[in-house]
Amino acid sequence: MGLYDFLAQYWPRLLSGAGITVAQFLLAAALGVAISLCMGLMKLSQNALLRGAAVTYIEIFRGTSLVVQLYWIFFVLPLFGLTIEKFTAGYLAVGMNIGAYGAELVRGGILSVPKGQWEAALAINMSPAQRMRRIILPQALVNMLPPWGNLMIELLKGTALVSLISVADLMFEARQINSSTFLSAQVFGAALLIYYVLARFLVTPFMRWLERHMARKLGRT
Amino acid sequence: MFDWKWDFTWEILPRLVYATGNTLIAAGAGYVIAVVLGLMLALAQRTPSRALTFTVREFVEFIRSTPLILQIFFVFYVGPQFGVRLSPWMSGMIAIGLHYACYLSEVYRGGIESVPKGQWEAAIALNMTTAQKYRRVIIPQAIPPALAGMGNYLVGIFKDTPMLSVIGVAELIHTANAIGSENYRFLEPYTMVGIIFLAISLPAAGLIRLFEGYVRRKLGL
Repeated sequence: MGLYDFLAQYWPRLLSGAGITVAQFLLAAALGVAISLCMGLMKLSQNALLRGAAVTYIEIFRGTSLVVQLYWIFFVLPLFGLTIEKFTAGYLAVGMNIGAYGAELVRGGILSVPKGQWEAALAINMSPAQRMRRIILPQALVNMLPPWGNLMIELLKGTALVSLISVADLMFEARQINSSTFLSAQVFGAALLIYYVLARFLVTPFMRWLERHMARKLGRT
Repeated sequence: MFDWKWDFTWEILPRLVYATGNTLIAAGAGYVIAVVLGLMLALAQRTPSRALTFTVREFVEFIRSTPLILQIFFVFYVGPQFGVRLSPWMSGMIAIGLHYACYLSEVYRGGIESVPKGQWEAAIALNMTTAQKYRRVIIPQAIPPALAGMGNYLVGIFKDTPMLSVIGVAELIHTANAIGSENYRFLEPYTMVGIIFLAISLPAAGLIRLFEGYVRRKLGL
């Protein structure tokens, strides 16, 4: 069976899988960005307790594998009475994992803002919160966006692992179709192409646009 | 903790330790493939042939933008469709080695591009052949700046080995799954796997940083 005939027959399932993948990606990205910001700021805090909490979080999630984290959240947390539905467990694990990597980017981005900017904000009597929100973070954001582009690709690839806990994403549908038809080259080839298109023609252009947009907003073009 | 059984933990520990060996072998073998193949991919992008450069470049982009787990399935299932039967270990090593070769080729590329232009000119002035030029002048200088990236991907490959469990390579997660379903207990195996990952990847990351500093000092950088 050629790829064309194959797609003509199975595109609805691949498409619904891709839809779940995109949903997982968006939810995990939102969660990951929130966690990154939180943990990145905590790691720079004056308070040793907050700093310690952030370091522990980052080292645990970066030191173990996403598969382990996913299984732990899905299979072990219920033993503590915290049962999480598989769709939620999926984006939760991926988002928390990416958050740990993103936290380092946030920290690096904030540290890359020149010292004069901090002093200037202090000189015009801004509160620490105002300074962070209005002066430091916007500049830090522009500095850290390029590595975030790579991280978003890693995130998209990470969502493929939610298939291991039977979330019906693109990877899961591909495996299902493969085990009922054994048309491995077609189904896995098509899935690879869909992931590639999502990464190369949606995620990357969006991140590039965001980089340009933010740079323009800060008058850096 | 809640329901943690120490005697069960001790009972399964030998199996987990044995599986840790398999995980390390998988990571090591995959990394060796990646280091060699990655260099070839990096050098292939530096030939005068535009077509070759373009093809390799797009191939690297494709592999880097698609999930490793899907590539593992692809290698494992597509072979038999065309009469090539690969063992889980073989296909796993090919997939993970190729995936990381693409990442490492980018690291090498950065390293090679960081060698000052004068070094190239000097090598030409000494009438070196292309092979001599790379082997004796360029590559030795390209490796030190690439070491940090290479070390990160060594830890990265280690953390990605759990994906090999999906095709039946008996590494840590595969063993934990088996223990879990034999005994209907998932708390201890998955938690122990997480701890083993932390216990290896955190010191490894530290050692790599030390080694990098050592090489830099040795080379007088």
